[in-house]
Amino acid sequence: MTTEWLWIVVLACGLATFAWRALGVVVVRRIDPRGAFFQWITCVSYAMVAGLIFRMLFLPESELAGVSLPIRLAAIAFAFAAFFVFGRRLVAGVLGGSLSLSAMIHFIG
Amino acid sequence: MIHGRHDVIRKALLDSLSLPAFILFFTMMGFGSLMQKAGFGADMAAVATLLIWGLPGQLAMVELSATGQGMIAIVFACSLANARFMPMVVSFIPAMARTGASLPRQLLDAQMLSINSWAVCLREFPAIEPDHRHLYYITFASSILTAAVVGTLFGFYGAVILPAVLVLGLIFTSPLFFALVLSTTPGRAERLSMLAGCLIVPVAKYYFPSVDLLITGLLGGSLGFFAARFWRGGDDD
Repeated sequence: MTTEWLWIVVLACGLATFAWRALGVVVVRRIDPRGAFFQWITCVSYAMVAGLIFRMLFLPESELAGVSLPIRLAAIAFAFAAFFVFGRRLVAGVLGGSLSLSAMIHFIG
Repeated sequence: MIHGRHDVIRKALLDSLSLPAFILFFTMMGFGSLMQKAGFGADMAAVATLLIWGLPGQLAMVELSATGQGMIAIVFACSLANARFMPMVVSFIPAMARTGASLPRQLLDAQMLSINSWAVCLREFPAIEPDHRHLYYITFASSILTAAVVGTLFGFYGAVILPAVLVLGLIFTSPLFFALVLSTTPGRAERLSMLAGCLIVPVAKYYFPSVDLLITGLLGGSLGFFAARFWRGGDDD
């Protein structure tokens, strides 16, 4: 593809994503934030985000797909254990999880 | 409760630099290197991170471009992959408790929203005075956006070469971070929706791979919403 064409792809993708954000703003200006519709759409956003994270952890398309499920599960368990043991510190959880993943891949394969 | 402007800015910077800024830096390095391989320019890669600002859509764009798909297919896939911003914006903007903001300002707030800011701010807002929540959000969002753009450029130029095992660990940090942040979400309806989302997404991905998250959100969110109402009706009304 030519340079101009690649720029158009980038800008069009930015615009296409912005359309969803703008639609969200349009909706939020018209609804009551204490009403049932707001609560429902909040639930939808939580379900979507949870689904996205679940997909990244358990059904990855990234290089993580090459890491066996038991190793990924063990690393997630390490992460949550470190998180709660260290008083819900995110740094402890993330470090515990990713370092244990790297260590397990290195030593077990 | 956090009051002064300086305290709010300091907290936002600490909260971003303690993890999310680094996670985004490394995640966007991956995106930058994909952009380089797909034939985009460094300026295009940086602008893509800045304007699209949602990794699933960015990945859809670069992967489909690399396989030579048509323009409409690329933009459509990117848009679908980022459709979650619509409900995220709706659930996020009222949480900032910023009444009377003009339309352009709200559009700018919406443009800066990412899954990081969404999850971290919704978690931290209860401890921040309502008047200062917007300042917290803007400070947090700008600092992670800066880290993301710099990370994209580093990745594009292949500036940081890491051993493969460490790269895997770094890819893992992003979903882990969100899982941990969300694991302490209060609210029965939100928790039930997340549980339903996790149960639905494998099925949705298998049968409808391009719209799996939309289906997951609509079905899981509705299940969580109605289950929580039903539950509450049983307890106290």
